[in-house]
Amino acid sequence: MTLSAKDVQEIMRLLESSSFDSLSLEMNGVKLHLQRGSAAAPARQPLAQPSAPLSQSAPESQPQAVNSAVNKIKPASEPGLADVSSPLLGTFYRAPKPGEPPFVEIGAKVEEDTVIGIIEVMKLMNSVRAGVKGVVAQILAENGDLVEYSETLMRVRPGA
Amino acid sequence: MAIRRILIANRGEIAVRVIRTCRTLGIEAVLAASEADLDSLPARLADRTVCIGPGRPAESYLKVDTIVQAALGVKADAIHPGYGFLSERPALARVCEQEGVTFIGPTAAQIEAVGDKLRARAEAEAAGVPTAPGGAVENANEALVLGREIGPPLLIKAVGGGGGRGMKRVDRLEDLPAAMDMAAAEAGAAFGDTRVYLERFVARGRHVEVQIIGDGKGRVVHLGERDCSVQRRYQKLIEETPAPGLSADFRARIHKAAVQLTERLSYRSAGTVEFLVDVDRHAFYFLEMNARIQVEHPITEAVTKVDIVAEQIAIADGKGLRLKQKDIHRDGCAIECRINAEDPAHDFHPSPGTVHTAVWPSGDGVRVDTHIFSGARVPPFYDSLLAKVIVHDADRPAALHKMQRALAETRVEGVATNVTFQSEVLADPEFEKGGVDTGYLPKFLERRRSAQEVSARG
Repeated sequence: MTLSAKDVQEIMRLLESSSFDSLSLEMNGVKLHLQRGSAAAPARQPLAQPSAPLSQSAPESQPQAVNSAVNKIKPASEPGLADVSSPLLGTFYRAPKPGEPPFVEIGAKVEEDTVIGIIEVMKLMNSVRAGVKGVVAQILAENGDLVEYSETLMRVRPGA
Repeated sequence: MAIRRILIANRGEIAVRVIRTCRTLGIEAVLAASEADLDSLPARLADRTVCIGPGRPAESYLKVDTIVQAALGVKADAIHPGYGFLSERPALARVCEQEGVTFIGPTAAQIEAVGDKLRARAEAEAAGVPTAPGGAVENANEALVLGREIGPPLLIKAVGGGGGRGMKRVDRLEDLPAAMDMAAAEAGAAFGDTRVYLERFVARGRHVEVQIIGDGKGRVVHLGERDCSVQRRYQKLIEETPAPGLSADFRARIHKAAVQLTERLSYRSAGTVEFLVDVDRHAFYFLEMNARIQVEHPITEAVTKVDIVAEQIAIADGKGLRLKQKDIHRDGCAIECRINAEDPAHDFHPSPGTVHTAVWPSGDGVRVDTHIFSGARVPPFYDSLLAKVIVHDADRPAALHKMQRALAETRVEGVATNVTFQSEVLADPEFEKGGVDTGYLPKFLERRRSAQEVSARG
C-alpha cells in the first residue's frame, strides 16, 4: 500500500481535528512529517528524500531540494521572444491577491507598463511591468516562487 | 535547533572560507551573490547560488531586506555575514531576530553597543580596561578644557567612525576649536552622527588586537593576539601572531583586558578587541571592538588549530562555547600577507580586470585563502583583496623565510598586484627585527621612493 494525495489530505484533516501538533508516519520507505502551523521552526529534512512527492502536502516542513542556480532548467527562448526579467530578488506572485485571477495568462496582450506580477521583499510589494508591448508567449515563474534578480519571469512576443 | 543550511551574505575569499567549513560540518551553503559574482569561485563551490541584485553593493550586498528574503526563500536556517558589508549593521541582526533566522554573530544590541565608539569606550572603562586619555566633548570650550588636560597632539574621533575613518589630528591647542567644528560637520555628513570625542594622539603606537569568542552568556575565551601594525592608510597589509617583542606579562594583561570587556558585554560569537600599544609609555589602550570575523583570523587559526568559523556556527546553533581557556595552546608563529589587486607603482591604485594566470603557493605550513583562479574576474565594485597568504612555522625567522618562499611561488598575471612590494617589506631589516609601529609603512614607502629616485638619476 502506498500513500495517495487523497490519503495525505485525509491524514492532514485528522491531524487538524486532533490535539496533536505534529505527526510522523513511516511506511514502505515513505516518510511523512506534518506539523501544525507555519510559525513554529520547522524540522529540517535532508534533501532529496524519497518523501519528496509528498512535500507539497507539508510545504512548510520540507525544504525544496537545493539546486545549483546554474542548473535551473528553463525552456529555451525562441528567437524573437523578449524576456521579462525580475528587477529584484523576492517572492513572485502572479495575481494581485490569493484567489484572484492572475494579472496575465499566455496569450494576453501587454503594453510596456502592464503589470504582469508582484514581487514581495519582506512584506513590501513591488509591481513588475512587462516593459515591452506584445503577447505573452511563455510564463516561467510560478506563483509563490523565489525569483532571483534578473531571472526570466515571462517571455513576450513583441508586436502591436 | 540544528543549522542545516546557511545563507552566506558575502563574496570573495571569505565566502569561500565559510563554504569550506560548511562542507566540513555537512551544512549546505547557499551563496547570495550579486550579478558580478555569479561566475565567482564561491558561486561555483556553493550548493546553490541566488542572484540578489546588480554588482554595485548598495543594490545587492548591502540590502538587508533582500538578504533576509533570500534566506527565507531558500529556507536557510542561518545567515553568515562574513566581514564588511552588513556584518556590523545592527539592522541585519535585528531583522534576522524578528524573522526567526539565526544570525551567525553577536546580537543586534551588542553590535550597536560596540559600533558606537563612545559607548564602547565607556564599556571598556567600566570593565577596567585602559583607554587613551580623553573623552566626549560637546563643544569647542569643552574640547579646549579637556585638550589642555591631555596635552597635544590630540585626535578628534567621530563616534560613528572606526577603522581609521572619521579622525582628525590636532597638533596645537589653538587649532582645536576650528578643527572640532569641522570634525563634527564631517562626522555628520559621513556617519549621520555629529558626536565626536577627544583622545591623546599616540606618536608611536602599535596595533595589537585580541581574538575572543564568547558564548553570549558571559563566558569568553581568548585565542591570543595579532599584531597588525603594518598599515597603509589604516589598511592592514601584514599581520602576525604572536606580536613580536612583548613580554609575557604584557601579553597576559592585554588578553585579560579583552576578556574582561567582552565578558561584561556577555558577547556572543567571534570578535576582536583592538588595542593601541603605546611604545614609549609601555602601555596599551582600548581602541575599538570589531563584532565580526576578521580578515586576518587565519593566523590565529594557524597557531591555535581552532576553526573560528566552526565555533561561530556552533555558538549560533546553541551548542555553546566548546573551548576552554586551558585547552587553547598557541604554537609557533604565523604571518599573513594580503595580496591586493593594486599597483604600488601608481600609489596603490586598484587594478580590477581579469586574472589570466593565478598560481598560488602551497606546501607545509602554507595556507592560501582566495577566490582567484586563472580566468577569474576582479569586478570594480568591491575591495581589491585577491588572496591571503598565510604561513606557519616554529618561530618568526622561520615563518618570515617561509613567507618569502611562498611569495616567490606566487604568480598573478592580468592585474597589478602588491606581491613584490610585500616581499620587499618582509626583507626590510626594520621589519625583520620585529615590533614596528603603525608609522612604519609610510616611512618605508618614503625611503623606497628616494632610493628609486636616486637609482633613476644614477
